[in-house]
Amino acid sequence: MSIQSPGKPYMNPYAAGILLGVVLFLAFLITGTGLGASGGLNRLLVFFQNLFWPEHIDQVPYLLKMAGGQTNPLDNWIVFLTIGTIMGGIVSGMVGGRIKLETNKGPQINERTRWVMALLGGILMGYGARLARGCTSGQGLSGGATLSVGSWAFMFAVFAGAYLLAYSFRRYWN
Amino acid sequence: MSDFPLPLAELFGHWGSYVVYLVIGLLFGYVLESAGFGNSKKLAAQFYFKDLAVFKVMFTAIIVAMTLIFLATAVGILDFNFIWVPPTYLWPGILGGFIMGIGFIIGGFCPGTSLVAMATAKIDGFFFVAGVLIGIFIFGESVSSFDVFFNSHNYGRYTLPELFDTSYGVVVLSVVVAALLMFWGAEKIERSQNKTEPYNFPVWGIPSASVLVVTALVVVFLGQPTNQDRWNKIADQSQKKIDERQIQISPAELLHLMNDSKLKPVLLDVRDEADYNLFHIHGSKLMPMDLLQKEGKSMQYELANTVFVIISNEEKRATEAWKILKAESVQNLYLLEGGINHWLESYADSQFLQENLLSEYEEDCLKYDFKAALGDRFPAAEPEYDKSVEFVAKIKLELKRAPTSGGCG
Repeated sequence: MSIQSPGKPYMNPYAAGILLGVVLFLAFLITGTGLGASGGLNRLLVFFQNLFWPEHIDQVPYLLKMAGGQTNPLDNWIVFLTIGTIMGGIVSGMVGGRIKLETNKGPQINERTRWVMALLGGILMGYGARLARGCTSGQGLSGGATLSVGSWAFMFAVFAGAYLLAYSFRRYWN
Repeated sequence: MSDFPLPLAELFGHWGSYVVYLVIGLLFGYVLESAGFGNSKKLAAQFYFKDLAVFKVMFTAIIVAMTLIFLATAVGILDFNFIWVPPTYLWPGILGGFIMGIGFIIGGFCPGTSLVAMATAKIDGFFFVAGVLIGIFIFGESVSSFDVFFNSHNYGRYTLPELFDTSYGVVVLSVVVAALLMFWGAEKIERSQNKTEPYNFPVWGIPSASVLVVTALVVVFLGQPTNQDRWNKIADQSQKKIDERQIQISPAELLHLMNDSKLKPVLLDVRDEADYNLFHIHGSKLMPMDLLQKEGKSMQYELANTVFVIISNEEKRATEAWKILKAESVQNLYLLEGGINHWLESYADSQFLQENLLSEYEEDCLKYDFKAALGDRFPAAEPEYDKSVEFVAKIKLELKRAPTSGGCG
């Protein structure tokens, strides 16, 4: 429990979990869909790709679905959910006094190493999340709560992947 | 019909409905950051058994949301068929999840948490988000080289109660109990790993857990609404539609629909296989009555311009099927007026009709004798479309209530 950032202490994990569960339930109750994050980033990316290389979009079926012809890739609920998530993070960070330019890392590595790792991990995460059709939020939380078979298998795979490599990367985090 | 989920586009308009998502996202981001998930050290500590907050927050959220969802569906205020259940693509999902797990231990975030890290000015969060965008970009560029695998092992909308062939209530209760036991274990692990007194199980923990278990028991006790329950709820309105013949479309309208490029007709032939083999309308799909309920759930995933038309020899069985699917909340649902017999009378040549009319036939059976099982090779299976033919148009496209994409859009 010693892990802390500047500002107020973090919320009790069970309390945060209950709140998150209520938000997730409200999302399903009101809209019929759960939460997600990688889909919004995907569409933001495709939006910029479409600005600069529209002819390329028209050649790739996967991108075509989101931005072909007159389709606006930002015309989708997930984009607004993603913008809201960032805004919510800012609000909570301000309330808790935790907005501070810093790099969180293990004590044995320097900041530059941490940045390279974050970038590499992000690439794997982005790739994997599209392959799995959802990230920890979209598949894990939303699929878990609606009892989707694939989402539960997915969750075990995420934890398996991370625990399997945790030992190899122990020096980076401890 | 249940009131929830709300028909957002109807209530707030297309772009207006997005404000709702913005607010939900705001709450989501707020809770993630408050839990400490903007801090990669806290997230990574999960995998060294030092701080199991990731596990605790995630599974508390799942069991709370799950219990509330299935309580709401049990009492009938929420329609589960309108809920987006991420479709199961088993092996692509497992492989993707495994890659993400590796990305998690290397990068220290998942996509949602990296957003709130970035929002609180964590530099590693910015790098991670940049990495996610690059990863998504590489995926978009490379997916066409393995799209067969990407689309394989598709089980559609497939839930744990279906897998284990048990009720939703039993699965809900089991998941709640299993999660609570694991929380107990997590507290023990943390205490032994940290050698201090990090016991952060709050005083309200046991009472809250008890409330959750009791609620899950209520879900077991109430059970989920059956197809009959669902029909009873909408019977008044829907029986009126049948009686006033609002949902029986003429053969001419069906033929028009089959040739309308803006709409996607799905023709469901609910007759016996023998009749189907003798003759069926081109493009129609054999749909046994006992599969309707199950298939109805995945019909929600069809595009918004899909129109379902049920076909039997006359109307009796088609009307029964209409009720079953209507009760499962399938939208844009019609049946063929007069069934196959009426279709043949409209489009088969008169000589065939004269020569093959059976002297005796029972209700809702084929009136004409087919000498061979021609299926859709019979000329009347795909009659020529004549634009100038007029008909009473009954199809009115409803605004879609079920989401066609979910989770990660």
